[in-house]
Amino acid sequence: MNGAHDLGGAMGFGPVLGDGGEPEPEDVRFHAGWEPLVLALTLAAARPGGWSIDESRHARESLPPPLYLSLTYYEIWLAATENLLVAHGLVGADELAAGRSLRSGAPAPEPLDAAAAAEVLATGAPTGRPEPAPPRFGPGDRVRARVVHPRGHTRLPRYVRGRCGVVESRRGAHVLPDSRAHGNGEAPEQLYTVVFTGAELWGPDAEPTTTISVDAWESYLEHA
Amino acid sequence: MRAVDARVRALESILVEKGYVDPAALDEIIETYQHRVGPRNGAHVVARAWTDPAYAERLAADATAAVAELGYGGRGGEHLAAVFNSAREHHLVVCTLCSCYPWPVLGLPPVWYKSPAYRSRAVLEPRAVLAEFGTVLDDDVAVRVHDSTSELRYLVVPQRPAGTDDWPADALAAIVSRDSMIGTRLVSV
Repeated sequence: MNGAHDLGGAMGFGPVLGDGGEPEPEDVRFHAGWEPLVLALTLAAARPGGWSIDESRHARESLPPPLYLSLTYYEIWLAATENLLVAHGLVGADELAAGRSLRSGAPAPEPLDAAAAAEVLATGAPTGRPEPAPPRFGPGDRVRARVVHPRGHTRLPRYVRGRCGVVESRRGAHVLPDSRAHGNGEAPEQLYTVVFTGAELWGPDAEPTTTISVDAWESYLEHA
Repeated sequence: MRAVDARVRALESILVEKGYVDPAALDEIIETYQHRVGPRNGAHVVARAWTDPAYAERLAADATAAVAELGYGGRGGEHLAAVFNSAREHHLVVCTLCSCYPWPVLGLPPVWYKSPAYRSRAVLEPRAVLAEFGTVLDDDVAVRVHDSTSELRYLVVPQRPAGTDDWPADALAAIVSRDSMIGTRLVSV
């Protein structure tokens, strides 16, 4: 979807380094006492909720643009996790408003204990899958990112749509986020790293000697 | 700020009371990303690549496997790629669509990496962004920006600074900054 999250090439957000012009020190991991809990609740809620990383991302980017751009990072996570819990019927909107549980929980898998949570973090959830078909493209091929504006989730940024690039490498088949975000199965496709010149994306004002690459699923691309 | 804090605590108690989450698992997740997983892991990988050419080759060919050799892997880095800076090419990593980042080697991303300013500008004017970090490259150095649009996460291997030939790996790791492994800074002594 063409949401506020799709920021590549947008202007007006000012300097990257704000107050003081220095990045935060490496050992500063959070900026408010509640932020670690939002991280943990968001990761842990995916088990009773049964949603994928793609559905989580889609919940974040589905926030109305004025809201998305006014919230901090973990506020976006919090709002999206609340929305997912309500949409999946695990928590009532009335309970969020009341700030407490008003009825017993819906049936859900047993929650992970500490050891199981550690194991899940250590393993992750790889998205590589067996190749469903021979790859359509190979390194060196000229390709165009399709001009598409899906209403649902996609990982094809607007700033490359319709632009021509060169396939640099094949990355194997991966779960297609556009499908899994909506509960429509993994639909794995070949993933490619595609390189665009700055001039192709930004025209004559592009910075010189700059290239930009995205990782694009096969259905995002056509021969150029 | 206080309102958000209350909202988060309320959500925790709702989820715990309903039996959806175990508080011990929440503590484990927080402990992991607060203290165990961070950019020192990536610095270890870089220092090893600088001091062991065979390891650097394995890292270039299959970063997921090479990083696993050192005991790192898992969530947010199930698939890893290492890109190597050189005198001719400089790599910079961004995620314009959200905040994808190689968690097992760098931990959670810093605020600036997640900011709309960085996400919008890194692909449009990377040299201007680099200059904000004090990184000014010669005009003949090509800049390559990697937009992390998939579950493949990128680790930049910065150039090893001159004058460090006889340094042991742990001393080298100590000078490798988080920002140099994202590509916004260089490593210097």
